[in-house]
Amino acid sequence: MGVQEPLTGPRVEPAAAAIVNDFSIAVATANGTGSQTANLALLRSFFKMGIPVHGKNIFPSNIQGQPTWYHIRVSRHGYIARRPSELLVAFNPATIHEDVAALPSGGVCVYNADIRFHPERADLTYYPVPVKELLEGTEVSGKVKDYVANMTYVGVVARLLEVPLEVVRESLMHQFGGRAKLVATNFGVVERAYQWARESLHKVDPYRVEAMNATDGLIMMTGNEAGALGAVFGGVSVAAWYPITPSTSFIDALREFLPQLRKDPEGRPTYTVIQAEDELAAMGMVVGAGWAGARSLTATSGPGLSLMAEFLGLAYFAEVPAVVWDIQRVGPSTGLPTRTSQGDVAFAYGVGHGDTKHVVLFPSSIEECFEFGYKAHDLADQLQTPVLVLSDLDLGMNNWMGEPFSYPEEPLRRGKVLSAEEVERLERFRRYADVDGDGIPYRTLPGNPNPRAAWFGRGTGHDEDARYSERGDDWWRNMERLRRKHDTARQYVPTAVIEETPGARLGVVCYGTTRYAIEEARDALAMQGVALDVMRVRALPFGSEVEDFIARHHDLLVIEMNRDNQLRDILRAELPQYAHKLNGVGYVDGMPLTAEWVERQVLAHLEGRAS
Amino acid sequence: MDRVQKVNLAGLAKADYAAAPSTLCKGCGHNSIANQIIQVCYELSLRPQEVIKLSGIGCSSKSPAYFLGQSHGFNSLHGRMPSLGTGALQANHTLRAIGVSGDGDTGSIGLGQFKHLVRRNVRMAYIVENNGVYGLTKGQFSATAEYGQDLKYAGHNDFPPIDIAVEAIVAGAGFVARSFAGDAKQVRELLKAALSYRGLAVLDIISPCVAFNDEDDSRKSYAWGRANERALQELGYIAPQDEIVIEDYDPGTTRVVELHDGSRLTLRKLESDYEPNDRLKALERLQRGEQQGELVTGLLYYDDSRPSLAEVSGLGSTPLSELPDHLLRPSREALEGLLAAYA
Repeated sequence: MGVQEPLTGPRVEPAAAAIVNDFSIAVATANGTGSQTANLALLRSFFKMGIPVHGKNIFPSNIQGQPTWYHIRVSRHGYIARRPSELLVAFNPATIHEDVAALPSGGVCVYNADIRFHPERADLTYYPVPVKELLEGTEVSGKVKDYVANMTYVGVVARLLEVPLEVVRESLMHQFGGRAKLVATNFGVVERAYQWARESLHKVDPYRVEAMNATDGLIMMTGNEAGALGAVFGGVSVAAWYPITPSTSFIDALREFLPQLRKDPEGRPTYTVIQAEDELAAMGMVVGAGWAGARSLTATSGPGLSLMAEFLGLAYFAEVPAVVWDIQRVGPSTGLPTRTSQGDVAFAYGVGHGDTKHVVLFPSSIEECFEFGYKAHDLADQLQTPVLVLSDLDLGMNNWMGEPFSYPEEPLRRGKVLSAEEVERLERFRRYADVDGDGIPYRTLPGNPNPRAAWFGRGTGHDEDARYSERGDDWWRNMERLRRKHDTARQYVPTAVIEETPGARLGVVCYGTTRYAIEEARDALAMQGVALDVMRVRALPFGSEVEDFIARHHDLLVIEMNRDNQLRDILRAELPQYAHKLNGVGYVDGMPLTAEWVERQVLAHLEGRAS
Repeated sequence: MDRVQKVNLAGLAKADYAAAPSTLCKGCGHNSIANQIIQVCYELSLRPQEVIKLSGIGCSSKSPAYFLGQSHGFNSLHGRMPSLGTGALQANHTLRAIGVSGDGDTGSIGLGQFKHLVRRNVRMAYIVENNGVYGLTKGQFSATAEYGQDLKYAGHNDFPPIDIAVEAIVAGAGFVARSFAGDAKQVRELLKAALSYRGLAVLDIISPCVAFNDEDDSRKSYAWGRANERALQELGYIAPQDEIVIEDYDPGTTRVVELHDGSRLTLRKLESDYEPNDRLKALERLQRGEQQGELVTGLLYYDDSRPSLAEVSGLGSTPLSELPDHLLRPSREALEGLLAAYA
C-alpha cells in the first residue's frame, strides 16, 4: 500500500502549526463491543506520557448495540472539563453522520473504512482505516474479533498523535491486569494498525502529543473506586445495596477492595456485603447495622434514595449512624439513567417527613471521594445520624487524575458510645438527654452487658429516656435538640474551599464536579479582565465561612446542574437576609458543564441579563 | 423471715425479664404471648443483654416494649423489621433476636421483606401475632383474614387469605410452626425451640383481637381456636443441661429433634402419620386444615441443614460491631500498595 493522501481537508504542515497537548478526542462506537478497553488504553497512554488528561464515558442505558461515546481531553494546562472535540474516531455507522457534523472546522475524522460513508465536509481531515483488512490473518475470531477491532483505532490514533508504541503496550498491560495473552492479542492489532498508519497515512492535521511530567506521582481512578476505598479505610463493616446505575460500580469496588484489605488474623472477613431485595431493605439493613454498632453504608442513585426516604427519616429521628452514597443521575424513575446531574440536593438534605435535616457531603475529586469515604463514617458516628455523600455519575464512573490519597492521620472517631463500665458510673443512663449541650446524646450498643444500658429505639415520640411519649413538650424539646445537633454539625463537616482574587466583581458558588468548568472559565475570564471569586461548598449544613463569603459579596451566582437552583434555594432559606443577592443558574442536559457555557452565563449575568 | 427470691441459672429473677406495662387491650392475645416470652427467657436463663427485640408497626409491634426491659430493642417501620434485623444481626451475630410482627406487618406491607428474610435464613425467632385485622386503625381486614368473613366495621372480605406458614415453607424456612395464643404451653415450647434454632424460625401464632375480631365464628377468635385446634404433637423442650427423660417413650410415636445449641425438642405425635420433615406434606396438611375448618398447630416443618446468613457470610467469633480499630482500618502500607496499581 502506498501512502494515502487524506481525502480532503486543510493542508497544514504539522511542524508549522502544531497543536500540542491541547485538544479533545471523541470516540464513537456501539456499546457492548469492548471499546471501553481501547478507550482506556488511549487515556492511560496520555497519562503515562505525563500529560494531564481526563476521559468521560457517554453511554446509553443499554447492554449491547446502542451508540456510545468516549471523550478524552488532553490539556497541558491541566483543564479537564468537557469541551467539544476536534478529533473524532468514527466507528459507529449509526452515528457517523451526526458525529462528523459536530466536528469544528479544521477537525479530524478517523473512521472505519468498512462503514458506508462518504466524506462531504471539505473543512475536515479524514483518515479511513481498513479495519477488516487489518484484522485479516490475526488469530482471533467471532466476538473476540469484534473486541480487538477497536484496537485498530488505538494503533492509528497513536501513530497520528505520536504516542510511542511502548507506552500503549504498558497501558494495555495495566488494562488487562498483566494477563499476557490478552495483552499480546490486543497489542498485536495495535502494532499492525500503527505500522499500517505509518506506511499508509500522510499526516496533515496539526494535533499531536509530547511527553510532559505533569502527571508524575499521580494516580488515576474513578470516584466510585475512590469512595469505596475511603469507606474500607473508614472501617465500613456492613454494606447493603440494590443494583442501580451509576452506583453499582461503587459496590463492585468495595467487593474488590474488602477481600484484599479487611481480614482478621484468622483470615475471616471483617465485613459483610448484602445484595438486598430493594433499596428499602438495603437502607433497613444499614440502619439496623448502625444501631447495632457496625459502620454501615449503602450506595444508590436518585430513584433508590426515594425508596430510602422512610428509613432515613427514622434514622434521623432515632439517631442512628448510617452512610448513603448517592451517585446522582438525571431525573425520577428511569429519567436519564446514564447521564449526570446534581438534582438530588434538596431531596437529600431533607429526606424524611416532618422536620428533617441531614448532613450532606459534596465530593468533587477522587481525593475527596476517598477522604469523605472515611470521614462520612466518623461524622455519622460522632453525630449519630445518617450522612449522605452526593457524588454524581461523572465523578463516580469516570477516570480522574489525582494525588495519591493521604492516609487518615486521625484515629476512627466512634462518637459518644458508652461502655458497660461507663454506664455503671452514671447515676442513670438517659439515651436522648443533651448532657453536653451540643445536641448529641450518648448511646449504648446492643450487647452491652450492663443491665442499665438498654434503650428502646423507635420512630414514635419519645422522651429523654427513649420512653414512648405523646406529650407535645417532649416532642418539641426533642426537635429543638435535633436542631442544636444540626448546628453542631456545622463545625464538624468539611469546610468550603474559597479562592478570592483582588478586584473580583462576582462571587461564584458551586459544589461537586462543576468546579472543573468553573475553574477553567474563571481563568479565561481573568484574561478578559473579569475577575471572579469562587467558593466551593463541600457540605450541608454549611459552616460560618460560607455565610461570611456570601456576606462580603455584593453579587453572587450559584452555578449547579439542576433546573431549580436547589443549593441556591437552601442558601436563601437559611440566610434570608442575603436572599436578594443569591442568583442562580442551572444546567440540565445530563452532560457535565463546559467552561464556555459558564463563561457565557457569567458574562450574561454581569450584563444583567442572565440566560 | 427473709423472702427468698427464685432465680434461674443466670442468677436472674423473673422480674428481671419484665418491662413496661402493656397498653394493649385487656385480653389481647398479644399480651399472653408477651408473658410467654418473659417466662421462656427466664426458663432458658437467657441474659436480657444478649437478646435484641425487633418489631415493625402495629399492635403486635408495640409489644416488645412490654417484655425484656433490660434488652435493647427497636420498634422500626411498618413491614421493615426484617431488613433492620438483618443488618443488626450481621453487625452482631452473637445476639439472640426476638422479632415480633403482625399479620398486616408480615402478610401485607412487609411480605416482600419477610420472604427475603426467610431466604437469607437470618438467626431470629420471628413471631407473627396473627389476628386477621388492623387494630390500631380500627379493624380493617388484614391479608390473613378468612375468605368471605363478615365484620361489623370491615364489612365483607372478598379475598382469600395469605397463610404465613405456607409462605414461610415455600420461601425455604427450616423452622415453621403455628400456635394459638390460648395454648400457652405450646407457645412456650415452640418459642424455646425457636430461640435455639440455627436460622430463621417462624412462629405464626393466632392471637385474637378482642376489640375487632373475636366473634365466635371468626377463625381468629378464642372460641373458634379452642374448639378447632388440632395440635400435631405434644411438645416438650429439653434444655442442653437437662437430662432427657421421656416418659412412655415409643419410637413410633415420639420424635426427638436435636437443636443447634444442644437442646432438644420432643414431639409426641398426636397425629400418627405426621412427620415435620416433608415440605409437601406440611403444605398438604395446612391446606386440608383450611378446608376442614381446623386450626392446625405444632411444629409444621423442621430442617436445620441450611446455614444461617452469618454462617454463609463467614463471620468470625467477634461480632463486626466489636472489632478493634486496627482491624477496621488497614495499614498505611496497604494503602500505598494498593494505590501503586493505579499510578
